[in-house]
Amino acid sequence: MLEVTALRKSYGDIVAVDGVSLKAGRGETIGLLGPNGAGKTTTVSMIAGLLRPDSGTVLIDGRALAGDTDPAKRAIGLVPQDIGLYPEISARENLHLFGALYGMDRAQRRRAIDAALDLVGLAERGKDKVSGFSGGMMRRLNLAAALLHDPQLLLLDEPTVGVDPQSRNAIFDNLETLKQRGKTLLYTTHYMEEAERLCDRMVIIDHGKVIADDTLQGLHRLLPVANVLTVELEGAKADGLRPEDLRALPGVQSVEVDGGTLSIGIRDLAADSPGILLWLVEHGHPFSHVASERASLETVFLTLTGRSLRD
Amino acid sequence: MLAPFLALTAKDLKLFFRNRRALLMTIAAPIAIGSFFGYIFGGGGASTEPSRIPVLAVDQDGSTVSREITAALTADKNLAMRTATLEQAREAVRKGKATVAFVIPKGFGADAGRAFFNGAAAKPEIGVLYDPSHGAEMGMVEGILTGHVMEAVSKEMFNGPTGRAMVKDTLAQLDTSTMPADQKTSLRELLHGLDGWNAVRDADTASGRPAPSAGLTVPYQVKTEAVTSGAGVKYNGYAHSFGGMGIQFILFMGIEVGIGLLTQRHTGVWKRLGAAPLSRGVLLGSRATSAALTSMFVLMVLFAFAGVVFGVRIAGSVAGFLGVCAAFSLMTAAWGLLIAALGKTPEATRGLAIVTTLFMVMLGGAWVPTFVFPAWLQKLTVVIPTRWAMDGLDATTWRGLGFSAAALPIVLLTGCALVFGALAVLRFRWEVDG
Repeated sequence: MLEVTALRKSYGDIVAVDGVSLKAGRGETIGLLGPNGAGKTTTVSMIAGLLRPDSGTVLIDGRALAGDTDPAKRAIGLVPQDIGLYPEISARENLHLFGALYGMDRAQRRRAIDAALDLVGLAERGKDKVSGFSGGMMRRLNLAAALLHDPQLLLLDEPTVGVDPQSRNAIFDNLETLKQRGKTLLYTTHYMEEAERLCDRMVIIDHGKVIADDTLQGLHRLLPVANVLTVELEGAKADGLRPEDLRALPGVQSVEVDGGTLSIGIRDLAADSPGILLWLVEHGHPFSHVASERASLETVFLTLTGRSLRD
Repeated sequence: MLAPFLALTAKDLKLFFRNRRALLMTIAAPIAIGSFFGYIFGGGGASTEPSRIPVLAVDQDGSTVSREITAALTADKNLAMRTATLEQAREAVRKGKATVAFVIPKGFGADAGRAFFNGAAAKPEIGVLYDPSHGAEMGMVEGILTGHVMEAVSKEMFNGPTGRAMVKDTLAQLDTSTMPADQKTSLRELLHGLDGWNAVRDADTASGRPAPSAGLTVPYQVKTEAVTSGAGVKYNGYAHSFGGMGIQFILFMGIEVGIGLLTQRHTGVWKRLGAAPLSRGVLLGSRATSAALTSMFVLMVLFAFAGVVFGVRIAGSVAGFLGVCAAFSLMTAAWGLLIAALGKTPEATRGLAIVTTLFMVMLGGAWVPTFVFPAWLQKLTVVIPTRWAMDGLDATTWRGLGFSAAALPIVLLTGCALVFGALAVLRFRWEVDG
């Protein structure tokens, strides 16, 4: 459905996108992940035909877009990061306008608008002015506006930025419905948990370059640890504790000591953690609190770049 | 492509008419300012009593001549004359309460009489104190004063007691004069003639017959006629002022079109429009069309208001008037697109666009008619599109001229619209920012 090859875009000396390649098959959901300024939006803009790449190709169903009026643009539905709606008119009037831009007649638009508003849960608010909507409702309408002409490929540029958890869940439900209907989704975000929930495959991008392209399982395999065990020692002291002794224990991959708190990276939580805790007690390091955390895509990014996604 | 074009145009019109507050301001502001300027520049012509220039006279002479002068100035319909002391006059002019003060010095009547017949005699001075911020009125008042002084002095010299005494004295001194004999003879005949003329006047006055003129008078009368759209049709200052303010505020609307497009380039709406299968012509053309339609609407409302409230009439070609309005509306729309094409950011562009627009408005004669400009500036303003819009509106409203008078403004304004539009399409940055 979508094939991007060696896409490059620069602004003066700044290279925003540097040889990005990715593929998305029909019905597949691809997460385009990276911190702010990584080049995600520029990549999406080039795929949507809003920006001309310096080099590289974008193929939609095997062919490149040819000009502003190429009918192949009908295959694309763009959900821009900024709300792409006119606040002074009603939700339905907005959708009528955007449907008309794709040449839909009034009857087609009416049907599509009913379906889109129904999908995003705004059927009751269609006649209301958009300026009276909450941020979450605007985001949902922003999504609905991209669905009217029934595109096969949806480009979703951070569609949940700045919304409350309830609206975020609603948007996720909408996207899962679209996924079930066989739509191809390209979903950009810097929220790893969103990508983990929705995407079949993740393309991680940093400084305009693809640094990983794999399934969630594949990316986890890149991690040196699967879990991190956090142990708070009694009295907040680690007197006499030598990290190398801990590292010698079975399953321990890494040890960090910060005052009386130990961060121990391990492969298998169930198999490795009892032996570690027992060793600490037997060697005179009783603890007051233990917590474990599964390594996430956040950790993957940290491992690959040495930086946090939210930096 | 027609359906998206119409949908985008309709959307812009909907946004314009839905914003009631902005719509009200778009119409109310030019009406308020146009009404003010219209009143200042002559109003509707119904009550056209000219405003009188406040003038003071300080009569230090107290002679027949000086009293005649002050009486004539008091009677002049262009002046609001009062007498004052020198100190009062100076203070009043300094405070701006009087535009000019005349100081008629002691001995003026006698000295002026001597200088009247003898060019070699010393000429007395009338002191003139004036407010430097009223230079144009000063010139007018000086002209009025000259006329009245000539009348008063000549009357006194030909017929008054001072003049008669001077004639008798001169006749008595003529025999001992060193003047050449032929000149003496001629002057004696002239003075005897004058003496005889005065005797006839006195006899006429005593017998009740109408006496002939006592001195020099202005040898003509002025019959004024304001040349407007027809006989008896008075000039309506509101026609010009509503045209001017309409043009100014519509150009401001053009700025808003440009700034709106610049702002929209950074929004999701622009991305959504760019992602749709639309030509650039549809995107910019629809915006230009809606802007031109709203401009036309505002102009129509303004002139309708001026017609109903102030009696402004389209006394000339209605087709020409509509043509000028349409051409100017198109030019404004293209002007807005050009602003969007040349501007970098909304913030940086707004100030420059406003200054440029104000210059166009000012030099185009929208505030004050271009005839008050210096000659070189009047020639220069022919390159300003607003000048043609104003000329076209003036021609078809109060001047009452035919379509031919509007044709050139229509052609030039349409030409500007095409040039601005072409430049806008060429220079517009279509790509989104990142």
